[in-house]
Amino acid sequence: MPNGPSLNIPELGHFALALACCLALAQTVLPLIGAHRREIRLMATAPALALGQLGALAVSFLCLAQAAITDDFSVQNIAENSAVAKPLLYKITGIWGNHEGSILLWCLILALCGGAVAAFGRNLPAGLRARVIAVLGGTAAGFELFCLTTSNPFDRIWPAPMDGQGMNPLLQDPGLAFHPPILYTGYVGFAVPFAFAVAALLEGRVDAAWGRWVRPWAVGAWCFLTCGIALGSWWSYYVLGWGGYWFWDPVENASLLPWLTGTALVHSAIVVEKREALKIWTVLLAIGTFSLSLSGTFLVRSGILNSVHAFANDPARGVFILGLLGLVIGGSLLLFALRAPRLAAGGIFAPLSREGALVLNNILLCSICAVVLTGTMYPPFASLLFGATISVGKPFFDATAAPMAIPLFAVMAIGPMMPWKRAHLAPVLTRLWWAALGGLFAGLWAAIGLRGLLPALAFGFAVWVILAAGADIAQRIQMFRLPPSQSWRRARTLPRAALGAAIAHAGVGVTVIGLAGMSQAAHRIVEVHAGDTVDMAGYQWRLVDVADAPGPNYTARVATLVISRHGHTVAVLHPSKRTFASQSTTTTEVAIHTNLITDLYAVLGDEHRGVAGQPDTAVLRLHDNWLAPWMWLGALVMAIGGALSLSDRRIRVGAPRRATAGLSVGGRLA
Amino acid sequence: MTRKSRRLWLLVACGIGLGSASALALDAFSANIVFFVAPSQLLATPANGRTVRLGGMVVAGSLHEAHRSGEPVAQFQVTDGQKAVQVRYAGILPDLFREGQSVVALGELASDGTFAASEVLAKHDETYMPKEVAEALRKSGKWNPKFGPAPSAASWNRMSVKTDTTRGS
Repeated sequence: MPNGPSLNIPELGHFALALACCLALAQTVLPLIGAHRREIRLMATAPALALGQLGALAVSFLCLAQAAITDDFSVQNIAENSAVAKPLLYKITGIWGNHEGSILLWCLILALCGGAVAAFGRNLPAGLRARVIAVLGGTAAGFELFCLTTSNPFDRIWPAPMDGQGMNPLLQDPGLAFHPPILYTGYVGFAVPFAFAVAALLEGRVDAAWGRWVRPWAVGAWCFLTCGIALGSWWSYYVLGWGGYWFWDPVENASLLPWLTGTALVHSAIVVEKREALKIWTVLLAIGTFSLSLSGTFLVRSGILNSVHAFANDPARGVFILGLLGLVIGGSLLLFALRAPRLAAGGIFAPLSREGALVLNNILLCSICAVVLTGTMYPPFASLLFGATISVGKPFFDATAAPMAIPLFAVMAIGPMMPWKRAHLAPVLTRLWWAALGGLFAGLWAAIGLRGLLPALAFGFAVWVILAAGADIAQRIQMFRLPPSQSWRRARTLPRAALGAAIAHAGVGVTVIGLAGMSQAAHRIVEVHAGDTVDMAGYQWRLVDVADAPGPNYTARVATLVISRHGHTVAVLHPSKRTFASQSTTTTEVAIHTNLITDLYAVLGDEHRGVAGQPDTAVLRLHDNWLAPWMWLGALVMAIGGALSLSDRRIRVGAPRRATAGLSVGGRLA
Repeated sequence: MTRKSRRLWLLVACGIGLGSASALALDAFSANIVFFVAPSQLLATPANGRTVRLGGMVVAGSLHEAHRSGEPVAQFQVTDGQKAVQVRYAGILPDLFREGQSVVALGELASDGTFAASEVLAKHDETYMPKEVAEALRKSGKWNPKFGPAPSAASWNRMSVKTDTTRGS
């Protein structure tokens, strides 16, 4: 029940949210006017307004947190999603476990991005900085208005209930608790490259310095998005208990699409920075990536595409978001169409060169993106146009995305070894012969040992990618050519961007090995008595018993499974089923034993009373998931590679001087 | 390398990329699209050997769990208020599976007239009905959204009692 002092905390939060919205509007208008008229004082308001907006949103978010922690059930959002008996961790993470709170979190992260540009963007030219912050402010204002008008997290109800309705038990999990903030940081982080792209179009100028400024933001957002996707996949693997890790669910695809174009963006920005080529394309990619991020939110929030993960099915909100999307995406594309032709064309390169390889990377990534987008959007369009209810599932994506990904892996090993401007294949391939040999052996071994052609191909190419990443580093530090001490000195002074890129490429290889291994997973569903032993995948799985166990806000039935191999006990698993009284729902808790090579995975199903003196039986589903942990490990390695590249000295010191206006071909337009 | 020839190379590369993408997508569309059908549609036009998604309400009291050589097999009937189809599923039914509530099953119609499901989805709570199931029920004429919300899940059995007996299942 609400107690005295906390009575008007939610109103304070609501007010702070409205204040943030007003500040965001000012943050859009004033710097834009300032940049247009070249008035320093108006442009200088941008960082202050961005930081003010961040402060107001932080107050608003803390108010909601306070209401959630103190169980203020007079706030509708908390009454519907929380309960006294809920553990404290989930009271806090439950703030973003529902539609209203997640939109507030989204706005807070967008404001954080704006604040970061304001705080760390001191070396940007005043006009560019003002425009970037203004674009971020405009986007933030739209989402904050959406939050205020259609999904206010601070709405009160009267009379306040004694206890809340509780949280969806599926969401009550540490993996999912931290999944939204990380995923949102990835989604929203691409707002900064987007803002840079729009600002560059307004200015009519894209140059090497612009590429240098955009790239760290894109890499940062990409790292978070990678982690967010991996965390979501891991969550569905161990919580949903179907033994799968990726369901090609619309919501999952919605996070994969900006990842694909974001990966392309991270690569094409290198070309802008180093060679001043692909400028128009990079601007378009930055716009496209953020548009896909926004559409991802829209797909989840509007209920256009039904999905396990969606917790809002409200068409009124959908119309607002659709309008907002149309404004942001349509507006930026219109600006692109008007201004892009006037951007100066960049440097020239041969098809066979580092630039050429990066172009190929972009073409392949965008083709995969187009295929996934088609598969995701076709069902709703088909039902709209032809009235047929259809679904496009795993077989479609397996048949399309995988064949396009294989050439990508083949090329991504060669690309980093090629020189800029013009290259010859022969010297590159002579340096990679042992990586090629390793990949070939791995592929042959996999072709004999694994089921299916595609897993074998993927396995071989993954090994090739990892070895080539190692070969790249070995070549840079002249390993085995110079004495070890000199090689070590070279390794220590190696640019971290190069090291990061090699590690990220190796991470892709690790993930692909995990995917190939997971395609060999075996499972069995059995109905057994206590004491029975089942043979599967070379292990003996013995059910010892199934017993009751109490929990904080649920009761559980816990099975004890002893797994042994050649008479030695390997692991004891405790899969369980939890019954939550407050929602009268049941969840399945998977038990997993991993040794990093294989996951032993057990799920407890229904129990049946024995008839006529027979003992009770329990249904068990047992999985042997070979190399499953590598999928998420690889994503972590990719993110570490990205983070390492962010810590590169050139970015940290990073005060590139812009070429003077006279030297650039494209003049100022605005 | 002149600007013009570079542009040509780029166009060729993009053409190959997008061309193969659309070829793969079209090929996969013709083979891998899964249609959603209601029980009456499935029985009216039996698509032999093609995987479909069957959606409707689980007939109350029709759930039958047995096991065959150590593996559990669940049998239940799915109805849209006109016809009911017997569904066979070897596996663990999802936590949210209930008799008298909506369900979606992925699988194909076997030659004996039963539906062999490879996957059963019941990913929603008691108050929510999947959009496609609601749409199928509307088409079957048992519920028109114009006249208020969908009838309670439990009443769907009674509508289908007659068809059950005629099917003699």
